[in-house]
Amino acid sequence: MDKTILDVQNLRIRYAGSPTEAVRGVSFTLGRERLGIVGESGSGKSTVGRALLRLLPGASITADRLRFEDLDLLALKEREMLKVRGRRMSMILQDPKFSLNPIRRVGDQVAETYLRHFKCSRREAHDKTIAMLEAVKIRDAERVFKQYPHEISGGMGQRVMIAMMLLADPDLVIADEPTSALDVTVRLQVLTILDSLVRDRGIGLIMISHDLNLVRNFCDRVLIMYAGNVVETLKASELDQAQHPYTQGLLAAQPRIGGPRQPLAVLDRKPEWLKEQA
Amino acid sequence: MSVSVEIRDLYIAFGSGPAAVKVLPGVSFKVKAGECFGLVGESGSGKSTVLRCISLLTDFWKGEVLIDGRSVRDLALIERCRMLQMVFQDPYGSLHPRQSVRTVLHEPLVIHGLGDREERMQRAITDVGLPVEFLDRFPHQLSGGQRQRVAIARALILEPSLLLLDEPTSALDVSVQAEILNLLQRLRDERGFTYIMVTHDLAVVDHMCDRFAVMLRGEVTEILPHEAIAVNGATHPYARELIGASLDYEGIR
Repeated sequence: MDKTILDVQNLRIRYAGSPTEAVRGVSFTLGRERLGIVGESGSGKSTVGRALLRLLPGASITADRLRFEDLDLLALKEREMLKVRGRRMSMILQDPKFSLNPIRRVGDQVAETYLRHFKCSRREAHDKTIAMLEAVKIRDAERVFKQYPHEISGGMGQRVMIAMMLLADPDLVIADEPTSALDVTVRLQVLTILDSLVRDRGIGLIMISHDLNLVRNFCDRVLIMYAGNVVETLKASELDQAQHPYTQGLLAAQPRIGGPRQPLAVLDRKPEWLKEQA
Repeated sequence: MSVSVEIRDLYIAFGSGPAAVKVLPGVSFKVKAGECFGLVGESGSGKSTVLRCISLLTDFWKGEVLIDGRSVRDLALIERCRMLQMVFQDPYGSLHPRQSVRTVLHEPLVIHGLGDREERMQRAITDVGLPVEFLDRFPHQLSGGQRQRVAIARALILEPSLLLLDEPTSALDVSVQAEILNLLQRLRDERGFTYIMVTHDLAVVDHMCDRFAVMLRGEVTEILPHEAIAVNGATHPYARELIGASLDYEGIR
């Protein structure tokens, strides 16, 4: 928490043709820490992540402040943004099946990040890629380098995505549901790898997820979003002491191992939750 | 009206010759009448294939599937559909985008020549906790949870005894999942359904199921009572690992 990487004040996003804003006044700051953003589908959590990388063509984004280190993200030209994306800020997407190019070798796709952002020889990029694939605990990296996405498993695909996004040594990584497509056993492995890399390199991490257990275990702080607003910010370790009825409702709705087998609590949505938080 | 299910040496392979992939090399388990039985395991372990074999959506398997002692192959199509119904994983993919809820619920009634159609449709839709006006909506006018309710109503309208649930809540948010699980629990209490439920979430298994089978590469490694989850009472190494990982993930240990 020594230095602020990202400072967002009153971020508002409206998709083209939509009468209402998808994100209505979100503010937060991020240091070298792991921040979780949780909420139901449609709460605007992914939209926030995409807006930071300016990946929302056609949508109107306004904010009082949207600073990433020394840059004003809203003022940057698209050409300058290209130097930020993938190099200083990158995004890990949900499903490796759909986010890797099916007709290019895995290694070439990973190496592309490096070739694009650094002046170097192909040999050097290749070596960096192999080292990174090994860092995400892929055995026999040389073989995987030459494989196509359909030849590797989902868990390995997600590790390849992580390797790709960390190769350029960014300062901020946004992980949008990085493990929703994976099985529990594989999910833990992938998260542990991501976690240790982020800690070792002092990268800021934003973890977007609908899974309360995930943010509880792998984040320092959690923002809870409801209908485009941040309703509550909590330390991950204090998630159980949430004050807002929406957060409490989400926690109660979750079946627990060894829990009583009574009917689960169901969210009773209150209109006043929609009010913007000061 | 509950039925029991018995599966003996269910074998299926996809492809032919040396390239054939044995997906289920020989699965056997029994489900008691009125029981909720879970199938868990990693993706590709053949959980959904078991359901597709039971429902004869995939029919080139060998072995035996007995429902209340009768082979599922001996049941006429009409009878089979009234006996068992399936709820699919993704409510965004399993409802026809251009058919209203009414059309979806009406079709089985026509095929099976059942009377009192309006009344049956209204009952099915209120059973799943939706207002009667929803009969005239189209899938795009429904949220994910509402769609899954419609999919359940479609399965219920023929009053089956056995429901095959293929990850009924994994596409849904926790808050919506709670509503659907409560609904399934209530319907089971009221009607005595037998459920076979595929899921990858052991917390859901512990909440819903009486017993569950852990599958690995097409084989049932172990069948356990749901109480075994909290204390990790599995003996097979893979089952132990799976339960251990889920406990770690929930932060219980």
